[in-house]
Amino acid sequence: MPPLIEVRNLHYRYEDGTVALRGVDFRLEAGESVALLGANGSGKTTFAMHLNGLLGAEGRDHGGSVTVCGMPVERSNLAAIRRKIGMVFQDSDSQLFMPTVLEDVTFGPLNLGLSPEAATERAITALERVGMRAAASRAPYHLSAGEKRRVAIAGILAMDPEILVLDEPTTFLDPPSRRSLAELLQNLPQAKILVTHDISFARSICTRAVFFLNGAVTATGSIGDVVERLEWGFTPARNPPGR
Amino acid sequence: MAVGMGALLCGAIAWSRLPLFGALGRAAVVLPFSLAFAAVCWVAGDASRGVHLAVKSYLSALAVLLVVSTTGLPNLLRGLGALGAPRFLLMVVKFLYRYLFVISEEAQHMAKAALSRGATAAGVMGRPARFRAAAGALAVLFARSHGRATEIHRAMLARGFQGQFPASRALDFGGADAALAIVGSLVPVAVRFAVERFR
Repeated sequence: MPPLIEVRNLHYRYEDGTVALRGVDFRLEAGESVALLGANGSGKTTFAMHLNGLLGAEGRDHGGSVTVCGMPVERSNLAAIRRKIGMVFQDSDSQLFMPTVLEDVTFGPLNLGLSPEAATERAITALERVGMRAAASRAPYHLSAGEKRRVAIAGILAMDPEILVLDEPTTFLDPPSRRSLAELLQNLPQAKILVTHDISFARSICTRAVFFLNGAVTATGSIGDVVERLEWGFTPARNPPGR
Repeated sequence: MAVGMGALLCGAIAWSRLPLFGALGRAAVVLPFSLAFAAVCWVAGDASRGVHLAVKSYLSALAVLLVVSTTGLPNLLRGLGALGAPRFLLMVVKFLYRYLFVISEEAQHMAKAALSRGATAAGVMGRPARFRAAAGALAVLFARSHGRATEIHRAMLARGFQGQFPASRALDFGGADAALAIVGSLVPVAVRFAVERFR
């Protein structure tokens, strides 16, 4: 069975000359959940934005190849690829741009060409799936961080994607919201890519981790192995005795 | 006629449980402009036209205030869309409405950060330094807004946006809406009729 995503020797340089990716290779198999780990500025988000052509689709400042569900990521395939990959951004306020929750969740299905009635039906189903049906007529601005994240996920689920890419999904979330988000993601059947620093959260969702360092993949394997090998886990230093 | 229409609007405001005197005061915001034109009419020798102009603009402002206060902006914009207002213009208003709060919250965060570091309106800094600090904060706010606009555009692209906003579901027009439309049209006619009859 061909992989859902195959990336070969991906390079990317930003307009200001910053080299963000240096020869990244990556595969995502059907039903798999992978965590992208690494320090700030290591290239994780830049990499994720290549997967649905938000970066690199124009061919400028970019080398290597990205294939999603057998389609190369290039301008002519972007509409089809964006049906396959749903991306949840780090800042939900940037993702939820319509005046009400329901209008926001219908935005994607309407872009897919669904009729307003069918798009609304899909949006309501997606909101029910994330437990936010009651918030349909509310303004996104008035939701809590956890609720915004759920609505952002509903906006993606309403497009019925095969792959979910979540960029720092636990940012701004308190522990109960993190826990409920983890439960929600565990129950979604799609393959997932999590860009995160949150090791415990990644462990609860993903089976495999890919570690980025200065724009290159330096380790890949099970989350436990990668974290242990690169000493990426956080263990608070103990206070010296007598203090 | 003007008194009748004014009474009708006041009744509707009271029925909507809006503060009547607050609404009357806020509608007066148009008077400086309309009174200027009324003064021009008066100078030109047509005083009655000037009075009509001022009264009409005030009553229009009162009516707009009533509609805006009793209808949520999303529904108002959808209604305007149904009436044929340009979709691009409506989309700009939607974005403005959505992000005005976010940007003002960011501005408040920056103001709090400045205050927490000892900045006050009449602080120890000289006026030029305060001006520079305020200009810097404004520039940062602009840069953040620009960055957010880029992120929003990416989020839209990621959900299949191809440059055209899709049409959303049309508003339902039920029995209550029809009743309101009929009553709303007939009452001003009745007021006019009564005024003409008993004048």
